[in-house]
Amino acid sequence: MTIPIDGFLEAVVRGATPLAFAALGELVAERSGVINLGLEGAIVCGALASLVATVAFGPSAGLLAGGSAGLCIGLIFAFFVLVLRAQQIIVGAAVSILGLGLSATVHRALTGGGASAIHVATLPELRIPFLADIPIIGPALFSQSLPTYILYALFPLVAYALYRTIGGVVLRAAGEHPPAVIAAGHSPAKVQFMALCVCGFLAGVGGATLVVAQTGTFSDGMSAGRGFIAVAVVALGRWRPVGVLLGVLLFGSASALQFLAQSLGWNVPYNIVLAAPYVLTLLAMAALRGSGSAPAALGRALNRSASLV
Amino acid sequence: MIGRSRPLQLLSLTVVVVAALSLVSLTIALAGFDVSTAARAALDGAFGGSFAIFSATLKRTTPLLFLGVAVAVAFRAGVLNIGAEGQFLAGAAAAAAVGLHAPVESAVMMLPLEFAAAATAGMGWAAIAAWLKARFGVTEVVSTLLLNFVAINAVGFLVRGPLQEPTFTYPQTLPLGESARLPLLVDSQRLHWGFVIALLVAIGAWWVFQNTAAGFRARISGISRSAAESAGLIAVGRVQASALLASGAIAGIAGFSEVAGVTYRLYEGLSPGYGYTAIAVALLGRLHPIGIIASAVLFGALGSGADSMQRNAGIPAEFASVLAAVILLGVLALPAAEALLARKFRVARAL
Amino acid sequence: MTSIPPILELRAIEKRYGRTIALADGSLAVRAGTIHVLLGENGAGKTTLLRVAAGLLAPDSGEVLLDGIPVTWNSGAQAIEAGVGAVQQHSSLVPSMTVAENVALTERRYFRRFSPTAAARRVRVIAEAAGLNVVPDAVVGRLSVAAQQKAEIVKALAHEPRILILDEPTAVLSPADARDLFGWLKTFVSSEQRAVIVITHRIREALEHGDTITVLRTGRTVLSANAGVRTQSEVLDAILGEQPSIGSGGSVKPSPAGTLPAEPCLVIDNVCVADSSGNFRLKNASVSVFPGEIVGVAGVEGAGQHELLRVLAGRLVPTSGDVSFPESVGFVPEDRLRDALIEELSLLENFALRGAGARSGFLSWKSVAQETTAAIKGYAVLGGTEVATVAELSGGNQQRFVLARELGVSPIAVVAENPSRGLDVRAAIAVFDQFRAARAAGAAVVVFSTDIDELLGIADRIFVCHAGQVRAVPRDAVSIGAAMVGL
Repeated sequence: MTIPIDGFLEAVVRGATPLAFAALGELVAERSGVINLGLEGAIVCGALASLVATVAFGPSAGLLAGGSAGLCIGLIFAFFVLVLRAQQIIVGAAVSILGLGLSATVHRALTGGGASAIHVATLPELRIPFLADIPIIGPALFSQSLPTYILYALFPLVAYALYRTIGGVVLRAAGEHPPAVIAAGHSPAKVQFMALCVCGFLAGVGGATLVVAQTGTFSDGMSAGRGFIAVAVVALGRWRPVGVLLGVLLFGSASALQFLAQSLGWNVPYNIVLAAPYVLTLLAMAALRGSGSAPAALGRALNRSASLV
Repeated sequence: MIGRSRPLQLLSLTVVVVAALSLVSLTIALAGFDVSTAARAALDGAFGGSFAIFSATLKRTTPLLFLGVAVAVAFRAGVLNIGAEGQFLAGAAAAAAVGLHAPVESAVMMLPLEFAAAATAGMGWAAIAAWLKARFGVTEVVSTLLLNFVAINAVGFLVRGPLQEPTFTYPQTLPLGESARLPLLVDSQRLHWGFVIALLVAIGAWWVFQNTAAGFRARISGISRSAAESAGLIAVGRVQASALLASGAIAGIAGFSEVAGVTYRLYEGLSPGYGYTAIAVALLGRLHPIGIIASAVLFGALGSGADSMQRNAGIPAEFASVLAAVILLGVLALPAAEALLARKFRVARAL
Repeated sequence: MTSIPPILELRAIEKRYGRTIALADGSLAVRAGTIHVLLGENGAGKTTLLRVAAGLLAPDSGEVLLDGIPVTWNSGAQAIEAGVGAVQQHSSLVPSMTVAENVALTERRYFRRFSPTAAARRVRVIAEAAGLNVVPDAVVGRLSVAAQQKAEIVKALAHEPRILILDEPTAVLSPADARDLFGWLKTFVSSEQRAVIVITHRIREALEHGDTITVLRTGRTVLSANAGVRTQSEVLDAILGEQPSIGSGGSVKPSPAGTLPAEPCLVIDNVCVADSSGNFRLKNASVSVFPGEIVGVAGVEGAGQHELLRVLAGRLVPTSGDVSFPESVGFVPEDRLRDALIEELSLLENFALRGAGARSGFLSWKSVAQETTAAIKGYAVLGGTEVATVAELSGGNQQRFVLARELGVSPIAVVAENPSRGLDVRAAIAVFDQFRAARAAGAAVVVFSTDIDELLGIADRIFVCHAGQVRAVPRDAVSIGAAMVGL
């Protein structure tokens, strides 16, 4: 039996796309010193908002609406972490619960509790002439829908912004040693606020991608832990854009196992395939041990202790 | 941080709960529902009569109480265990497996066996995270979270495979036999002895923190790692790993209590996110046993009230988790709000 | 001198934090072309005053005048704009970034391109113009403390300040590096319309290098004069106020000869400590401490004394080498609120902290309470019963409480790191008296201090750390100073 390698690669890229948006957002947030575990809520709210906007205005509006919803969730997180200086991890968990509950409630209200789920047409595949004909990797890279192509621009853009702009230097400094940023006359909280806005927006777009580019519908908790995986992937990728790219591809491969199992006719229990991405992420985190290059001030609120009570 | 008085704490927590409830009522009203009908339905569902209290509210309180204590044990030691959900499922699966297959006849033998299996499984599930941290430096926040998703799928696998009922029609196990079930606490009500165990665990955990050397070490490790290591010569890593294991064991017992006391079988979706709500339970209870008992009852009532609202007023029950999140955020906002109030107060006094 | 207004003047500055008054009446007038030295004890308000001058802190009342014109700054950025550059006491550099990246932080426009080569060129230009030797591509965390300070000055110079403020720049420097720094500062102010403000607690240094001195005591300016017309003892009087009876630095009390037992009580032999990246923090260190003596340790920051003290106290397991110490060694760390005490807990619980790692079974709070009460009485810890929290005590009493816990009734061995940090002179004297008492009771005592005079006043023998190496040094200031820079 031949392994359908190009089909597998296509599934890898498709699976990686929504996560890539969220992970890039988390990268920006974590480099500024804030660990945003509320990403899960931003993704799922972005997904629902994009569904509603797509019904009304079409899929491009869906992507934008998803980003905006994610931004709103990001703002809630930013308010508690930057203004009230509450513990980042717990606020993140709370915001995730909030996003999951909110989206489920609104979805239930919209569908009236019946089984009639809302469906929308998904974005078409855009085949790029010639490039898509490259053997093996051509279809995987150049026969995808719009969000994937946005990512091709976004990765270099984020890398450029982080390493080749003054704002990027200030942002990374805020994640490493906030007193230096203050001494230089900047406000770390302001930089972190902007980073969290970017983070929320991108996570929302990631959620929207799930709907408008992949499933065409919404289900409760459809983010399926991608927000948490994004946090893991950023650590896996050593807080660098290239590393994050490799991390999301790893996740994409795990999620494409489902495709592989189906097309090869393996009789692997469905749940084992579903659990693969989480297990693989954990294994990868263990294999690439240590956190040597984590931003030094990551997760620490500026001038209040991290005490819970 | 210093000397916030008990009454003031209680007052501010009450304010948070009331504010969250009003916020959510407002949302319900804006969504076009009749608030008074909804409120009546909720109150009826939560406290209206002995059925509501024992078979709905306190039955729901039980897992939240266990899991709230589990989360609090970890948090007090400075371990952010966000994996109570997964540890709960591990315990539930172990209890179901033992309850269905252990070659034991009498309940006197069977229940302790289930209990031990569930505690061990919950502890084992937490041990993965503890090991990943000790051996590979993987932060427990991420590992416990990811393990929740693994646990959900593991339960899915079990109820479709090794533990599936013999007709292979439904993704669930056979019901447990009589001897494998926890006896009911009140005649003809759903409340079972798990509730009493939960109360004992809450008080017991608190006693351990207050009166034993190990508990003191855990408490210190949770407040100041540097002082614990330097002044107390405490091996903080080991203490925190033990706390995570204890937390996992308690969460596992919660799984036993739910399977042997309420559902009598294992199936997917056994937990409607109890492990996450438990974070709100623990923090609203200020990690203190009496507080946790009170907040577990509150969240139990919210759950049964929400169910009733869905039945009688057509409001989606999912909003209960929104309410939990809003209350949790309110609790997190408290220190800042109190500091603000204290400053205002001082200024007012100075004038 | 009266016609031209001072280049920078602070008038009657007041600053409170809650109930504590950091500054009651701080004043400072800096003339152009001078090095102005600010002196005072810890907690006298020096740093607060400088933070006000640098726009990092808004005063509750009082005026800041630049060239005689009142100014109000709401952020450090505005002060920088106005030509005031500050070099902080604790590094304001990002350790994981290069010097060039750190200097680039001072730019305002976020969307501007950052080019590492252009940034490096800029650093080179500034450093050359100022006559400072700085490598732009070096990662700050790998530089020596003196080199970091130069990088820090370059960062401040990026804005072309007229007034440069340095907070305790010499505290982390060896005597030679400190001389270099003052030499450079002299050239800096030699060009017209510039001035430097330096905080230090070393009186000799202030009188030697400063043009003008200002002394703060308990939040008030108590002396302002030309450096040339003041003697050390006059300045000391101003710093301390009403002079307590001290033999500070003077009374040398060697341990009674011949009474030392043959067996040392704390021994480390050929000990090495490597950090996570494999660099040796401590190399082949051997030290023996006998019962009934006080061993003094000196060293500039990062010279290895941090590790040495922790190995001696059994708080750090060395990478290699042999150690032997008694069952329980008391430890008085430098940062007591981080490493010794937990502010929000009661004295009772803090007392129970000692030995918590080895205890098993149940805790008897009743007996701990008795011990705590006895310790509070025995060491005259003021303001605390056993149920009071640590936060309710003053700094001096917190330190007394730490000593009470770590020395206990019959101390065997104790290691102390800069035990007088943050204490006023009277409290510091009381602390050193406790160590003398412990020595008399037969304890082995190890004390590290940044103040050589303090060491000479208490220690029987002196060890100096330099670049991870430890060696015994004769008991005189010249030998110690030379050993600290590796001579």
